Amino acid sequence: MPGPDLLSSQGLRLDGRRPNELRRIQCKLGVFTQPDGSAYLEQGNTKVLAAVYGPHQASKSKCLQDSVVVNCQYSMATFSTGERKNRPRGDRKSQEMSMHLRQALMAAIKTELYPRSQIDIYVEVLQADGGAYCTSVNAATLALIDAGIPIKAYVIACTASLAWKEGEPEPLVDVSHVEEAAGGVVLTVASMPSTGAIGLIEMSHRLHMDYFDTVLSRAMQGCRDIEVILDKAVREHLAEGWTKSTDDVITI
Amino acid sequence: MWTTKSFLTKTKRGNIIKIVREHYLRDDLLCGSAACNVCPHKDDELVLDEKPESICMLFDYPHYLVLDTNVVLHQIDVLEEDALKNVIILQTVLEEVKHQNTAMFQRLLEIINNKKRKFYSFVNEHHKDTYIEREPGEKQNDRNDRAIRKACAWYETHLSINSVDGKFPKIVLLTDDENNRKIAVEEGIVCCTAKDYVENVTGVIGLVDKLSKNVIPETCSKDALYPAHLTPSQIHEGIRNGKLYQGTYRASRDNFLEGTAVVNGFEKPILLQGHIGINRAVDGDTIAVEIFPEEEWRRPSDIVLEDKADDPGDQLEEEAVLLKVAKPVDKSDEEVTPTGKVVGIIRRKWRQYCGILMRSKFPGAVRHLFTPAEKSIPRVRIETRQSDVLAMQRILVALDSWPRNSRYPLGHFVRALGPIGDKDAENEVILLEHDVPHARFSEAVLACLPPNDWTIPEEEIKKRVDLRSECICSVDPPGCTDIDDALHAKALPGKTGDGLKRYEVGVHIADVTYFVRPNTALDKEAASRSTTVYLVGRRIDMVPDLLSSNLCSLRGGEERLAFSCVWEIDENANIIHTKFHKSVIKSAAAMTYEEAQIAIDDKSRNDTVASSLRILNALAKKLNRKRLDNGALSLSSPEIRFQMDSETHEPVEVAAKKILETNSMVEEFMLLANISVAEKLAAEFPQCAMLRRHPAPPPANFATFLKAAKQQGFDLDVSTNKAFSKSLDEAVIPGRPFFNTLLRIMATRCMQQAQYFSSGSKTFEEYYHYGLACPIYTHFTSPIRRYADVIVHRLLAACIGCDSTHAALLDVHAAVKLCDNLNYRHRQAQYAGRASVTMNTHILFNKRVEVESASVLAVKRNAVHVLIPKYGLEGPLYLPSDKFSYNEEEHIQTCGDIVLKTFDELTVRLSLDSTNLQHKKLVFELVKPHIPGFSVDVMDVEEAKESKKVEANSKQTPDKKRKEPALNKSAKKKSKKK
Repeated sequence: MPGPDLLSSQGLRLDGRRPNELRRIQCKLGVFTQPDGSAYLEQGNTKVLAAVYGPHQASKSKCLQDSVVVNCQYSMATFSTGERKNRPRGDRKSQEMSMHLRQALMAAIKTELYPRSQIDIYVEVLQADGGAYCTSVNAATLALIDAGIPIKAYVIACTASLAWKEGEPEPLVDVSHVEEAAGGVVLTVASMPSTGAIGLIEMSHRLHMDYFDTVLSRAMQGCRDIEVILDKAVREHLAEGWTKSTDDVITI
Repeated sequence: MWTTKSFLTKTKRGNIIKIVREHYLRDDLLCGSAACNVCPHKDDELVLDEKPESICMLFDYPHYLVLDTNVVLHQIDVLEEDALKNVIILQTVLEEVKHQNTAMFQRLLEIINNKKRKFYSFVNEHHKDTYIEREPGEKQNDRNDRAIRKACAWYETHLSINSVDGKFPKIVLLTDDENNRKIAVEEGIVCCTAKDYVENVTGVIGLVDKLSKNVIPETCSKDALYPAHLTPSQIHEGIRNGKLYQGTYRASRDNFLEGTAVVNGFEKPILLQGHIGINRAVDGDTIAVEIFPEEEWRRPSDIVLEDKADDPGDQLEEEAVLLKVAKPVDKSDEEVTPTGKVVGIIRRKWRQYCGILMRSKFPGAVRHLFTPAEKSIPRVRIETRQSDVLAMQRILVALDSWPRNSRYPLGHFVRALGPIGDKDAENEVILLEHDVPHARFSEAVLACLPPNDWTIPEEEIKKRVDLRSECICSVDPPGCTDIDDALHAKALPGKTGDGLKRYEVGVHIADVTYFVRPNTALDKEAASRSTTVYLVGRRIDMVPDLLSSNLCSLRGGEERLAFSCVWEIDENANIIHTKFHKSVIKSAAAMTYEEAQIAIDDKSRNDTVASSLRILNALAKKLNRKRLDNGALSLSSPEIRFQMDSETHEPVEVAAKKILETNSMVEEFMLLANISVAEKLAAEFPQCAMLRRHPAPPPANFATFLKAAKQQGFDLDVSTNKAFSKSLDEAVIPGRPFFNTLLRIMATRCMQQAQYFSSGSKTFEEYYHYGLACPIYTHFTSPIRRYADVIVHRLLAACIGCDSTHAALLDVHAAVKLCDNLNYRHRQAQYAGRASVTMNTHILFNKRVEVESASVLAVKRNAVHVLIPKYGLEGPLYLPSDKFSYNEEEHIQTCGDIVLKTFDELTVRLSLDSTNLQHKKLVFELVKPHIPGFSVDVMDVEEAKESKKVEANSKQTPDKKRKEPALNKSAKKKSKKK
């Protein structure tokens, strides 16, 4: 089981991070004027744009009497991976991702406030370097906040994997593409760190029960860390008030 | 806390794609030096001394060493010696070593992890001040060299910061790369070659001997003896367009100028002949082969050729002998084999070799030849100044290189093992040569053991089935201290539906897994050892002695934990019901096979032990009958037993092992238990059950054997194991009782090896065990001495709910890897055991000459292979070509009207030839049938003893050598009792 060496003997990961360190996060809210809310988020080399429209009147067929309809669309740019590949909208993977996104976001949005309405969330992955889903969730959260849609708490997603150091298991947080491709297990968690609720959890491979808790807690810790950073970014964005600033990227 | 930087790499993977990776640069990486006043070290993070003592005369001030990659790769033996300290290993170097040679990387890690050695690995690639980017047009190698120099410069300045008295350690860069050295000097970095440094080290004796010889590049053609190897890219190209083939080189054990390469797509291995054909390949190397056109194909020579004893210098000797024999080619000849030549080495698989030093004829010379114990390895030229001391020792030598202009590969001395002929040294050689881990158990392992006075805790007894009242006994060979199985049997009241009597039979196996918990140091050590190795008079345990001979050993009269398999069986040995449970037992008696046999036969004994033994014996016979009817093969291999002198521990007598009825009784029930467990496991764990399979041998294996049997008038049917078993039973010659055994011994040699595998890695049809004729099989019954059984115990415990699973147990990849190791260790353990028998035979025959009857096992061009049934010894009886003529078609040797063919019975004289210390060999000489001028007279025996010494001194050592028993062919059958 101790697969490829994800941890060097000095305890550093392939890209030089320690097991509990996130990748660099940069973000910017309100990048577009057309949508009601938008955000651009970078986690390392994974870069995502999210746009939110609504709440607006729902089409008759989808309309719900007691809550809002959340419509998610996830797509990946042709140039987002090393190999250029045409990705038609609505292929299987995107559909699945869209559903997962919806599930995670539905958990946070106060849906009962907008009966007979609809919220559209569009997520475009510009560059994928591992954890595209997580970055999408996080970007969508920022876009929702930018759109002023009431949410119960931040929904933050983060991945965690398991590596071996001298035969001892050591969970890794915020897995990059290289680490994903190494074949180990990847646990994806979308949670609301402030309440501790988990909106979605997914695992890529089988993992023995003995290690599950350590990996999960590392992923949850990752969510909490990301929340702190995003929260700071949101507050700074708001502090700038409604002054129209378009080109300062918030770096943490 | 951290800064970031991303960089671009281009890579080729069919088409070129751009890979972008992040690369984080940190400011929290420590320099590891006690002389540093800047880094926030904790005490245990200080590796390098504040004032390192210099042991090199060239640099008489305190300094740290920084090593270049080439120094690590070539001089690892120097580094392993406990001499150089305060060394900085840069990550750049570490990565390069890892990339180029994993074995070397492991050894380097071991040095780094040894705190006493003071090797510090510095992560320069992620340090914000030492990371450099590759410049446009710069080669990767040059960038790495630059990174190393950058790190050196950084260390210099870093250590000088805040230095109070200006006395801080300097940095010395060791590199064998001339270019790198030149630039380093220009940049003001102190550097020198590894050779210069080591040669000027004072106070460490023998360090210079470990220096690896400098590699001469393949392109240098000065005085070249061998054609150059192709470059890796040429090889790659050649293999891709089908001109070259990749294979593993196997040197012939009989002829040093011949070898084969197993290549995919060819049924027969590719034949490689002569110095040029072999072109410096060493046994085990992965090579690139060019195959000749069909008209140049040859047949393997069946002569025995040994490398000459004296050093011919750097020239290749005549190969005429070999080539002449190999020449005649007839297209229809079945034995013509695809022939080719080695054109390149893809990967060397060199390890360290045991052997002896052959001192140079010139006194005071430093270059000597080294003869490895392993015959398939060529002799090695080494440099040492300690030849006087080493000449009478067994030594360990590592290979360095084999330049084109050298007749022999170049190597260097690693360490001495002990005097030649010393039993411990010889055992050490056997263990090292067979890669048997035999170091003492580490403290960490011993810490996992229960206390010496451990007794079964009450709560553990409550969890288990209490069988202490049952009459359980064990039956083992005499002197056995690791008793891992015990049996019981009793009649049950009532009858089955068919009106048959019912019995309860239980097999109780030592519960090793209670003590060996997963993922402990003890478990890891046991997994790496995989098996207990039995040498003559010595046992290398898989688990420490406390467990193997005491707490896990099911000794008579003591309460022990066991894992039980209990059947309800009817009179005709049909299983009605099987159950598995953990239990507590108290063995009533630990018997030897002989004692058990007596108890069964002694009509006057009517105690419970005797009666349960009788039940067992009766049932075992029925089980055996059933198994044989199913087509199980009853094979045979000569096994011998030494009687040791109790004081000198030297063998005093040797005899073939006796097989009693009770042997097969125990074996039958062990087989039954193993099969029952295997069925259960395969059902519960379709992906990761540990099982054992025995593939059916390919028909080609039988060719020679069938021919020989036919000469004796028997047509054997080898189509299925059932037919084969039947025809073996029928092949009996009245008056020659040994003939059938001989037939079975030879049949064994045609078999494949049985192997462990994980159920997920094979299809159900492949689970089949050919030798036992059962669809599924595993090893459950000897957890003290086999690690496979430990895994099986854990799996079984998990599926009956006694124990929890753990991650590695259910991991398919881990299971496959584990099986590979088990199979490897298992095979090596067998070989080691046989090597030990050979060695003891030599000691035994050192002082005597015997005349015995023998049987011919095989006929070769210049010898017949004979077996002495009394001792189970075998070896070649050389026949001079001027008296005998060899018929290749029929495989017979004729001299006048005397014909020697397979299965013939002869009388031979046995003695030991010690002229060659390295390869002592038993000499077989013909006594009967009498051939004038060749056979020896029995009368001569006494004389021979006298004259042996004289003979040995006079230069009559013909080019013969003892052929090793056909190690790789003989199959391991059944759950062999030790």
